[in-house]
Amino acid sequence: MRKTSPDLVKIAPSDITPYDKYVSRRALLAGGLGLAAAQAIGRFGGEAFGQAAPAALTYTRNAALSVADAPNSYKDITTYNNYYEFGTDKSDPAENSQKFRPLPWNVTVAGEAEVTGTYSIEDILKPHPLEERIYRMRCVEAWSMIVPWVGFPLGDLLKRFKPTSKAKFVEFKTLYDPRQMPGERSRVLEWPYVEGLRMDEAMHPLTLMAVGLYGKAMPNQNGAPLRLIVPWKYGFKGIKAIVGIKFTEQAPRTTWALSAPNEYGFFANVNPAVDHPRWSQATERHIGGSLFDQRRPTLPFNGYGAQVASLYNGMDLRKNF
Amino acid sequence: MTLRQGRDGDAPAGAARLRAIRWVLKPLVFVACLVPALHLTAGAFGFIGISLGADPVALMLHTCGRWTLNFLMITLCMTPLRDFTHLSIWLRFRRMFGLFAFFYVLLHFTVYLLLDQAGKLGALWEDIVKRPYITLGMSALLMLIPLAATSTAKAQRRLKLRWTRLHRLIYLIAVLGVWHFWWQVKKDIREPLLYAFGLTLLLGYRLWKQRKSFMPRDRVARVARTDAS
Repeated sequence: MRKTSPDLVKIAPSDITPYDKYVSRRALLAGGLGLAAAQAIGRFGGEAFGQAAPAALTYTRNAALSVADAPNSYKDITTYNNYYEFGTDKSDPAENSQKFRPLPWNVTVAGEAEVTGTYSIEDILKPHPLEERIYRMRCVEAWSMIVPWVGFPLGDLLKRFKPTSKAKFVEFKTLYDPRQMPGERSRVLEWPYVEGLRMDEAMHPLTLMAVGLYGKAMPNQNGAPLRLIVPWKYGFKGIKAIVGIKFTEQAPRTTWALSAPNEYGFFANVNPAVDHPRWSQATERHIGGSLFDQRRPTLPFNGYGAQVASLYNGMDLRKNF
Repeated sequence: MTLRQGRDGDAPAGAARLRAIRWVLKPLVFVACLVPALHLTAGAFGFIGISLGADPVALMLHTCGRWTLNFLMITLCMTPLRDFTHLSIWLRFRRMFGLFAFFYVLLHFTVYLLLDQAGKLGALWEDIVKRPYITLGMSALLMLIPLAATSTAKAQRRLKLRWTRLHRLIYLIAVLGVWHFWWQVKKDIREPLLYAFGLTLLLGYRLWKQRKSFMPRDRVARVARTDAS
């Protein structure tokens, strides 16, 4: 039996706006009805996403879960992105995502849970107070940044769907819309992008559903309106523009692991001792330094070992890379 | 055969033309070839508002690598261009382009060793033995050294036929260079594929020109007749 949680208003399939209608509706909104729509978003503080100057968010700082290092500049964080849906160059996402529409947005929840269905982003976000967490971000390409994300613990969201005992993993899916995401017209990866976590990883307090950065709504090129942050894993685990959440019994078949299984694993924990087959993971180039800054040593679990290493007790991390 | 070929040496019109190439055209091309390096230098010091973006070391590394490949390709284009246009002027630029390939690969290597690896020779050696794409790239760089060293007219005269044989290494170097790029990219192989395609055309053309040497003698005569007609 599936029941609807009181704080989640289920959207019937017939209520989901077809793309064409939604585009024309956007035009209408732009013509003056925008204010009403903005108010409907409530806590989220106006039509926060997709603006030239993103709207400010209301949040508290979580100092306990933040690193002390100085964050990278807003410019670096928003112009140096790996987001193949908008192109494979680091500068492509900032250039090609400007017309992307992160609102209205729906997320479909499915699989081994008591509460499933399609929910609007407003319903997804409503009960969660936002917090800022300054996290290290380590890309599998051996560069790193420090990013002040705004979001809420993924576990708090997942609990609302009451996953059953069969839910061993959770799978996420990015929007597939080649009209808005030009990178999806090329076959560089299999679309839509899929990522996943083991349930204990997903429920870990460090795992964040992010909706903004630097106190403002998430820029399109960083994964608006909803993206995952798992700070002890390589950046590609942090799936962007999430439209699907599915609880599964089997490990999800994730995009990078499918594309090159010998190079990218399901776990993708940051590990200086396990090299990428083609390059070293022992050190990283920190973005935003001077030309003469030395590479920094990469830390096991990206420096979050004390909090997360126990999740992998007894596992051979060379095999489960 | 065309009448225009080999006319460069004819006096006095030829001499004026040679002077124009030497004192006008060559310096212009030389400066043009330096533009990518000047752009990176300006970016590194933040001159005239040029920025190298969030990851300047990676940008310098990749830009120099790309221009090395570009100059290898341009160098390899000179002979086919001479053949198609029947103008020998192209060959007057071949050495300069070849030396610019060497210049950019040295910059590429210097950025890698000094900026990316902070001058740690141990890290360099580890990369060379552990990372096949770096092994390939280093081999190509080492092979370019004797070519650059024997690029003078004097060396060419002294080595005679051996010079021609030695400089055929450029074909292997170009293959290794493109391969090095291919193995280095994460996933999007479109760009290395483009270089590989260009190189296949350039090397294929040379094989096609040499086809007579692979044929039995009686067919060579027939092909020669067809070509002449």
